Amino acid sequence: MSGTQGITGFQLLWWVILPYLALTTFVIGHVWRYRYDQFGWTSRSTELQEKKLLKWGSPIFHYATFGAIAGHVIGILIPESWTHAVGIPENYYHWFSAAAGTAAAVGIVVGIGFLAYRRLFVPRVRATTSAVDWLTLILLAIVIALGIAETVGVNLLGSAYDYRQSVALWFRGLFVANPDVRAIANAPLLYQVHATAAWAILIVWPFSRLVHAWSYPVWYLWRPFVVYRSRVAAHPNEPGTSGRRWRSIGTRY
Amino acid sequence: MRIMAQVCMVMNIDKCIGCHTCSVTCKQTWTNRPGTEYVYFNNVETKPGLGYPARYEDQEQWKGGWELDRKGRLRLRGGSRLRRLASIFYNPDLPTIDEYHDPFTYDYDRLITAPAGTKSPSVSARSALTGRDMVPSWGANWEDDLAGAPARALHDPNIEAMSEKVKLDFESVFMFYLPRICEHCLNPSCVASCPSGAMYKREEDGIVLVDQDRCRGWRFCVSGCPYKKVYFNHRTGKAEKCTLCFPRIEAGLPTICSETCPGRLRYLGLMLYDADAVMAAAATPDAEDLYEAQRDVFLDPNDPEVAAAAEAQGIPHDWVVAAQRSPTYALIMRHRVALPLHPEYRTMPMVWYIPPLSPVADAATAVGYEENADVIFGAIDTLRIPLEYLANLFTAGRISPVRDALRRLALVRTVMRANQLGQHPDVDLSDVGLTEDDAEDLFRLLAIARYEDRYVIPPAHAEQAGRLLAQHAQTGCSLDTDGGPGMGGTEDDGSGVESFHLNRRDSDDVAVAGRDATGRLHLLVNETPATGGAL
Repeated sequence: MSGTQGITGFQLLWWVILPYLALTTFVIGHVWRYRYDQFGWTSRSTELQEKKLLKWGSPIFHYATFGAIAGHVIGILIPESWTHAVGIPENYYHWFSAAAGTAAAVGIVVGIGFLAYRRLFVPRVRATTSAVDWLTLILLAIVIALGIAETVGVNLLGSAYDYRQSVALWFRGLFVANPDVRAIANAPLLYQVHATAAWAILIVWPFSRLVHAWSYPVWYLWRPFVVYRSRVAAHPNEPGTSGRRWRSIGTRY
Repeated sequence: MRIMAQVCMVMNIDKCIGCHTCSVTCKQTWTNRPGTEYVYFNNVETKPGLGYPARYEDQEQWKGGWELDRKGRLRLRGGSRLRRLASIFYNPDLPTIDEYHDPFTYDYDRLITAPAGTKSPSVSARSALTGRDMVPSWGANWEDDLAGAPARALHDPNIEAMSEKVKLDFESVFMFYLPRICEHCLNPSCVASCPSGAMYKREEDGIVLVDQDRCRGWRFCVSGCPYKKVYFNHRTGKAEKCTLCFPRIEAGLPTICSETCPGRLRYLGLMLYDADAVMAAAATPDAEDLYEAQRDVFLDPNDPEVAAAAEAQGIPHDWVVAAQRSPTYALIMRHRVALPLHPEYRTMPMVWYIPPLSPVADAATAVGYEENADVIFGAIDTLRIPLEYLANLFTAGRISPVRDALRRLALVRTVMRANQLGQHPDVDLSDVGLTEDDAEDLFRLLAIARYEDRYVIPPAHAEQAGRLLAQHAQTGCSLDTDGGPGMGGTEDDGSGVESFHLNRRDSDDVAVAGRDATGRLHLLVNETPATGGAL
């Protein structure tokens, strides 16, 4: 670890142990859910109940979210030295990220406006919402609100904090077991809360409907249209030991 | 030639009295649980009418089934695979619950706990989706017996497609019942639409199922099916559909809708077909030719070459024998009285229908049975149920197959009636391509309609039992919900299939001669009540 001097125990807990706990939960949680709760693994669509608002909200939100995720990959995962090496000056990068990030932010705000409205005020949709759903949605709302504040408030209109010199170093360091704790510990509070809420989402992710993100069926493009299945040889499960041993998660019932 | 076997159903609409017993028993068996309140794997519609879900037959709107592109190639009407992936966050072709109906119950507790008083307590409908009071305004059976027809029935897509103007005034109104289940198509567009690959067609018997563990709730199967017979469970977020009661079929028993039909109008049997010919047949350029094209896909199990090839390709011998005895083969191929529902969807449906004759019979009675065939044929052409309407349902608009089927049915009726009465009518069965044997066979199948003749279902093979159980474990879990029929676990897995066999009807009530010394058939003699191990 790059110098543990001057790091408090709280900082170590918050910026090193918590992230690793979150990542471990994320990975093991997904393995567990995939193995034991295939039946609960679904996008949990509510289009059947309401589709006029969903028509606008869902595509705008999802596609804008893809933009936001791409932005995080570029801004956090790709080191600043790489973009410098290919000849992109810092202020070019800054204006690109501020502009594209703002566009994504607008999309997300509009999309989530539709989705939140129907989730809260359309009784048929609201009735389908489980406790895990509410937790996930609240965490998402926090992360998104702070992310927009960073992108629009700080980067576009404000003093343009260079998170690539601080937050990104700490984040990437986590994956090579060398996180720069001081970088994140000295970052503005906005970024600290944003990062913390993001870890919380990773913890909740495998147990929520967010797992549907991994099921985007790209392979459908190459599959034969009509699927046949034969009664392939398989040992039947011992009575009482087959199938799900836990109740499904993420569905209310 | 790749020979495959398929369990096929034929329904004789002529006999349907619209009692909804099939719907009720199906619901009790499969969808009597939270999340599927609005789901009817089997429903009975009054035609003309909008159907269930409303106007499901309007593929301009719902984009179900297949169509031909400019080069004559088959493609999903719902668009390309790429379009489907791009619109995965919002499926523009999905009906909402309002097209089905907001499922409702009543607050019965309020009736029971109402204090003593002079006023009778009353309750209003309560939505199962929200728990709030609601006013029902549509349902699976809203149009029963033409209820609301003056306002709605003219919007039936089959009527809109008619060239002659239909009047629905009291004197000329017509109606019949159309029971519907999943068609278990040879070219299922729901399976092709499923991006997750969760839907599949069983190789052995052609039953189309949803793997509940692999379904991710992308809901394109619902919009892809032109019959709207795949449903979205609004609680589990997974698709569900008619299973053709596969646990019963595997045990050699008819589906629950067939078993409990008081009118005995359903037939179940095997069809052998050439799987390699399906795509070409489904791409037949003229939609009106699709009925014949699908008949051409079926193979004659009595052809020794077909039978030998089928067994060489792994179809068990007793299945081939069952295919030879198949009542559905007889009705579809030999007698040509059964017709597919909406062949123009190009899915090659496998639940076929014998068109309703009864109003013709009334007309024929009016002119007397002693008349010649021309009178009866004339009555068919001026049928109260317009032939064009039936043709829009069953033959993509071509009238001749419907007319021919009705002529056959009418002549068989006339001939058999005359035989019973010792008369000699001036009719010639060869006018409609039938022989005396054909007429007696049709009479036996349609009028006597014995259990053993209606259902010729070979049990799945015992050596496959273990594998089948594994499949049950996959699909069975969808029922394992609170209040679901699967609730209570699987402790009886090992013996479940066996007990079905124990319950099979003995075949000792097959032997019914029913012929007296004169060689005439007597209806009443044959009408021995069904006996044996009723379920």
